[in-house]
Amino acid sequence: MASPDQAAPAVRVDNISFARGRHTIYEDVSLTIPRGRITAIMGPSGCGKTTLLKMFSGQLRPRTGTVEVFGKQVPQLSRGELYTLRKRMGMLFQSGALLTDLNVYENIAFPLREHTRLNEALIRQMVLMKLELVGLRGARELMPEELSGGMARRVALARAIALDPDMIMYDEPFVGLDPISMGAIVRLIRLMNDALGLTSVVVSHDVPEVTSIADYCYILANGRIMGEGTPEALADSDSEWVRQFMHGESDGPVPFHYPAADLAEDML
Amino acid sequence: MNGLFDTLFGALGRATLFLGQVIGGLPGLLPRPRLVIQQVYAVGVLSMIIVIISGLFVGMVLGLQGYNTLARFGAAESLGVIVALSLIRELGPVLTALLFAGRAGSSIAAEIGLMKTTEQLSAMEMMAVDPIKRVIGPRFIASVIAVPLLTFILTAIGIFGGHLIGVSLLGVDAGAYWGQIQNTVEFREDIFQGLIIKSLVFGVLVGWIAVYQGYTADPTSEGVSRATTHTVVISSLAVLGMDFILTGLLFSGV
Repeated sequence: MASPDQAAPAVRVDNISFARGRHTIYEDVSLTIPRGRITAIMGPSGCGKTTLLKMFSGQLRPRTGTVEVFGKQVPQLSRGELYTLRKRMGMLFQSGALLTDLNVYENIAFPLREHTRLNEALIRQMVLMKLELVGLRGARELMPEELSGGMARRVALARAIALDPDMIMYDEPFVGLDPISMGAIVRLIRLMNDALGLTSVVVSHDVPEVTSIADYCYILANGRIMGEGTPEALADSDSEWVRQFMHGESDGPVPFHYPAADLAEDML
Repeated sequence: MNGLFDTLFGALGRATLFLGQVIGGLPGLLPRPRLVIQQVYAVGVLSMIIVIISGLFVGMVLGLQGYNTLARFGAAESLGVIVALSLIRELGPVLTALLFAGRAGSSIAAEIGLMKTTEQLSAMEMMAVDPIKRVIGPRFIASVIAVPLLTFILTAIGIFGGHLIGVSLLGVDAGAYWGQIQNTVEFREDIFQGLIIKSLVFGVLVGWIAVYQGYTADPTSEGVSRATTHTVVISSLAVLGMDFILTGLLFSGV
């Protein structure tokens, strides 16, 4: 039998609730992220998908419930333990979040310089390897402001895997990309997951892209899990709500109109 | 009224805890002096032009005003002392701190605020790099180092400016100008208590306010602009208020 650390899922979230001010974001949400797979968390804008990632990394704590990552109870970790755990996770931010005062090469070298005592030659090799993987070895001298949105995201991806993490979290990786960059990112996420044996968590509302790569999906809305399953199962789900979301229909259980008084009353 | 007190003391408490965190992270910078040196260059060396030009004009104005008044009492030879003591005890530290708040404090706050807005600070946290140690600490300590050095420069240039007007233009005896300065200005009383202590305190104040405002800025464009404005306004008031307190404590003769 495998050791408990090996057998356990990468992330296990049990019955968490979270509120920001008076606005409830989750109520009793539970989910598990298995190792070595691509798990997608989908949902409409503003449903707290990014907040969930911040809980995995310990930047936010749930009000109630537990968040367990690689067998560790994240909300109870000390700052030092949390930082040790974070070295095993990479995160791709929606904006890329590259350090604007460093060029592409130095951005990827940054986590290596901060956390390792490798010599310059070795750092160079590692950085070039990661850049080759995302196809931007030739762009290493550019500054972040010289990159297109798609390139910035690929550089950020190379940086996220610089420390060879066990898990990588993608926050809206497909937003605002042209079709070619989008295709490149989709391919990279699959490639990283399979080639590096990573656990991947993709948070997104771009249904077609996500369903093309995800092994398992959760749909989060209104503070709870509205549906879960493989992409195929979700596409012909029994729930009308899930079907509306998966097929992007403008009207259904989620009405097209924001609640308002009767049209005739308003106009006449 | 209660709400105002809560806001004021709440902010002061949070800022103090934050300062504790920043200072706690400073020893981590010892093996990496380059991070601090870069910031001393950015906030200190790049502020030199404005400090030098301001110092020259302030010294020249002091020379002109001082001469007119002193000459009426036939004490024009004391011009050097008036210029030197005003600069060393008050104007040097205060003006430098105000200029520094406008030139460097605002840019520190804006830079940190923008790094927060563009998720760079979050990204560092995710890479297990503490932004308080990596970003905030170097900028804070650079202010503490830069303000005293800039104060020395402003004061020295100011005394030279007074000389330029008093001696070269208005004909005060050069020997009297320098000799009286040498006789009257005490190291412990004037330079240590005035220049060094005050400028160190002001460096801590302005650096602290700038990094705190930047770090706690709302991650929006309005938030960053508010943080920049607050840095200059709060720093200026804090420097002037603290100057009064320090003068009272250091020079009241008790």
